[in-house]
Amino acid sequence: MKIAIPVEENRKDVCASFGRAPWFLFYNTDTGEKTWMENPAAQSQGGAGLQAAQFVADQGSGAVITVRCGQNGAEVLRAAEISIYRGDEAEAEDCLRAFEENRLELLTRFHAGFQGIQ
Amino acid sequence: MRIGVLSGKGGAGKTMMAVNLAAAGERAVYIDCDVEEPNGRLFFRPEGVTAQAVRTKLPEFDALKCTGCRKCVEFCRFHALVYIKEKPMVFEEVCHACGGCGLVCPSGAVMERERPVGQVERGRHREVEVITGVLNPGEASGVPVIRAALKAGASIGGLTIVDCPPGSACTVVESISNVDYCLLAAEPTAFGMHNFQMVYELAVLLGKPCGVVINKMDGPYPPLEDFCRENGLPILLRIPYRRRLAQMAAEGEIAVERDRAAAVVFRRLLERIGGGG
Repeated sequence: MKIAIPVEENRKDVCASFGRAPWFLFYNTDTGEKTWMENPAAQSQGGAGLQAAQFVADQGSGAVITVRCGQNGAEVLRAAEISIYRGDEAEAEDCLRAFEENRLELLTRFHAGFQGIQ
Repeated sequence: MRIGVLSGKGGAGKTMMAVNLAAAGERAVYIDCDVEEPNGRLFFRPEGVTAQAVRTKLPEFDALKCTGCRKCVEFCRFHALVYIKEKPMVFEEVCHACGGCGLVCPSGAVMERERPVGQVERGRHREVEVITGVLNPGEASGVPVIRAALKAGASIGGLTIVDCPPGSACTVVESISNVDYCLLAAEPTAFGMHNFQMVYELAVLLGKPCGVVINKMDGPYPPLEDFCRENGLPILLRIPYRRRLAQMAAEGEIAVERDRAAAVVFRRLLERIGGGG
């Protein structure tokens, strides 16, 4: 399965924003392969969460690990049957370790969105 | 004559000025285009109010005709559409009802249905026809409601005062699209000045003649005065920062109806703009 994590410019630290993260890290749990892709929604004028969720779904992800996620993005991920885990670790590596050790919980609260570039 | 009252920041005094200008006119139409927070009606307390719903279109997809080409998803610059599990999904509150998805669909799979986004209220306060655009909470764009409110006002005609939303975004562009004059409400502070310049640029871009009212003035603020002088922008009125004015506003009173001096000042302002009769 492919796991997507929003990460900062340094591609290591988890980005607090799902929709506007500059990069996504995709980790394949079967092969151990990691790929980084730029988030096409990062500078979007609006609807970033929706566009990012579409992107993550298009990459064939089965799970997302994120600090937070908006309601719209979450609805897309849900429709795509992608699980959303809450990642509180500072680095993406630690999030992946926590996932493999089954220590992550599902994200259950979604914010109403920030409407625009913050 | 149609006068738009604008300011870059909220709380600069747009509604106070717009309401008083309309009340100072012998007969006037007041249109509240600040549809997210229409406050003019708190002052006018219009009577005989009737309301008409404003609807916009929302795309629906014919699953049999949709080939999954995603042209609609790529086209939508608001990202109101996604394509998940071989089905397009639309997010109502994000959709701006531009109709573009239907135009780009090569297989005719996009149909449209209507949905309510707000309403336009119409009532009367003495000689003022009060039109209020009200956007439903959570809606992304006030433009359709503003358009409907302006249309309701245009059918009456005469002296028309358009109370604009704050800022310089699409809703403001729409609000002043048909005005003959822009009255810029400015606050004599660094923050007020910055936002004032933004709306001034917008009004100039749209080719509108402008005048300035400095509100809540507790002393001279040279950067604002200098800017107006350098740009040949007339300062039509300076409203002092007075407790009595604030109190009248807080109590929902219309200054020109309560205060003789205010009546004279706003009447003169209207005449200087050219809407005096």
